[in-house]
Amino acid sequence: MSVLEVRNIKKSFGKTEVLKDISFSLEKGEVLSIIGSSGSGKTTLLRCLNFLEYADEGTITVNGKLLYDGKDGKSKRMKEAEIRTKRLHFGLVFQNFNLFPQYNVLKNIMLAPTLLNHGDEKAIEENAKKLIERVGLSDKINNYPCELSGGQQQRVAIARALALNPDILCFDEPTSALDPELTGEVLKVIKSLKTGDSTMIVVTHEMGFAREVSDKIIFMADGIIEEFGTPEEIFGNPKSEKMKAFLSRSLENI
Amino acid sequence: METFLNVTLDLLQGFGTTLKLFGLTLVFSLPLGLIFSFFSMSKFKPLSAAMKLLIWVIRGTPLMLQIIVVFYGPGLIFGWNGLDRFPAVLIAFVLNYSCYFSEIYRGGIESIPKGQYEAGQVLGMTKTQIFFKIVLLQVIKRIIPPMSNEIITLVKDTSLARIIAVYEIIWSAQVYIKSAGLIWPLFYTGAFYLIFNGILTVVFRKIEKKLDYFKG
Ligand SMILES: Nc1ncnc2c1ncn2[C@@H]1O[C@H](COP(=O)(O)OP(=O)(O)O)[C@@H](O)[C@H]1O
Ligand SMILES: [Mg+2]
Repeated sequence: MSVLEVRNIKKSFGKTEVLKDISFSLEKGEVLSIIGSSGSGKTTLLRCLNFLEYADEGTITVNGKLLYDGKDGKSKRMKEAEIRTKRLHFGLVFQNFNLFPQYNVLKNIMLAPTLLNHGDEKAIEENAKKLIERVGLSDKINNYPCELSGGQQQRVAIARALALNPDILCFDEPTSALDPELTGEVLKVIKSLKTGDSTMIVVTHEMGFAREVSDKIIFMADGIIEEFGTPEEIFGNPKSEKMKAFLSRSLENI
Repeated sequence: METFLNVTLDLLQGFGTTLKLFGLTLVFSLPLGLIFSFFSMSKFKPLSAAMKLLIWVIRGTPLMLQIIVVFYGPGLIFGWNGLDRFPAVLIAFVLNYSCYFSEIYRGGIESIPKGQYEAGQVLGMTKTQIFFKIVLLQVIKRIIPPMSNEIITLVKDTSLARIIAVYEIIWSAQVYIKSAGLIWPLFYTGAFYLIFNGILTVVFRKIEKKLDYFKG
């Protein structure tokens, strides 16, 4: 059974159709990379999965349980409490981190589990410390976000998302806001998560990373999945013209 | 020397009323202003429109006029007995300052990046948790400078209460002009305002320093 099954997602903002008909599925422990030029709808897709936006049509199923069905219109009227529980199946790491500036690293990670009563204070703290170690920031545990580099902040954001144990962790261009010399440390942390059983969706412009880490790759163009396949298929034998053009453009930039 | 002491004691008594008006206005209008700001940002259009109209009227007319309306209005319009002097002044001040504060709160709340709310949302927090645990302290940090300006203005605005004969410090000093032909007590009141505002300035700077540990 697939961890995630997305069927026929459509989303418009006013008259602009941003997602036209998106379907894909993901097995447990798999890493899916989503590539494509800016404006193709990648962020909107992640936001629909995390219910920051509501798809107009289509279904989202996690572990065989239907979470969202846009067609019957009922899902859009989901109660806030219901959305909140459903959201917890997903985690989202933002392009610009969005850490809470008034809390130190430890508190940033502990805040949500504490507020959601995920066990007692001690267990939550212990787990948070483990995650901080996992992203290699044990020496920064008491620092505030403004005292960290962008790369360190993003690693904290990853630990913060992991603290809630999501079934699927989404990354929206996690290194795009970073100086080039800092992207490596963040990509390394994401790579290190692959050994576990976390299922991940990574929107990225880092082609080398996508090729190395992904089990599957989606190439999006104008709100549709233009091409889908393994890294070998996508990079070794691109079929569509758009994909070929995109690849040669990305290679130019390197 | 004896007069100086008497004047000082008299003025202190008047200043007591000034401080009472100042303190009570803050106690009521700081929270009420926050509620007003929620109303003015409400998605329920009639509510936000009504709130914005009230804010427009209150900010567009003199506080002195508002005091007079609250004190004399109920009697003139409805034939009611009306309020005592101090409660009438207090209501006018609370209404006036709640509107000013609400605009400051609104500016502060709207300046918090959307990403802070979204980060809270994807972490499964409720709207209330997001506001109180994430947004509020960042708002407070941002609004301390405009708030301190407004609060120092409030200290000076309390002198308007004497328009309906509330015995605050300026009134106490004016009594000496009529009864003893002394004008200096009126000048002397300035020292009270200066010292009190000096203390407030120090307090605000302390709070600002306290929140210096984070950026955002
Ligand atoms: N809230 C919104 N309102 C209107 N248009 C939006 C909104 N969010 C995204 N869009 C539009 O949807 C398109 C896809 O955006 P996005 O999903 O951010 O693409 P990507 O992440 O691939 O760059 C863009 O043309 C963008 O302008
Ligand atoms: Mg994007």
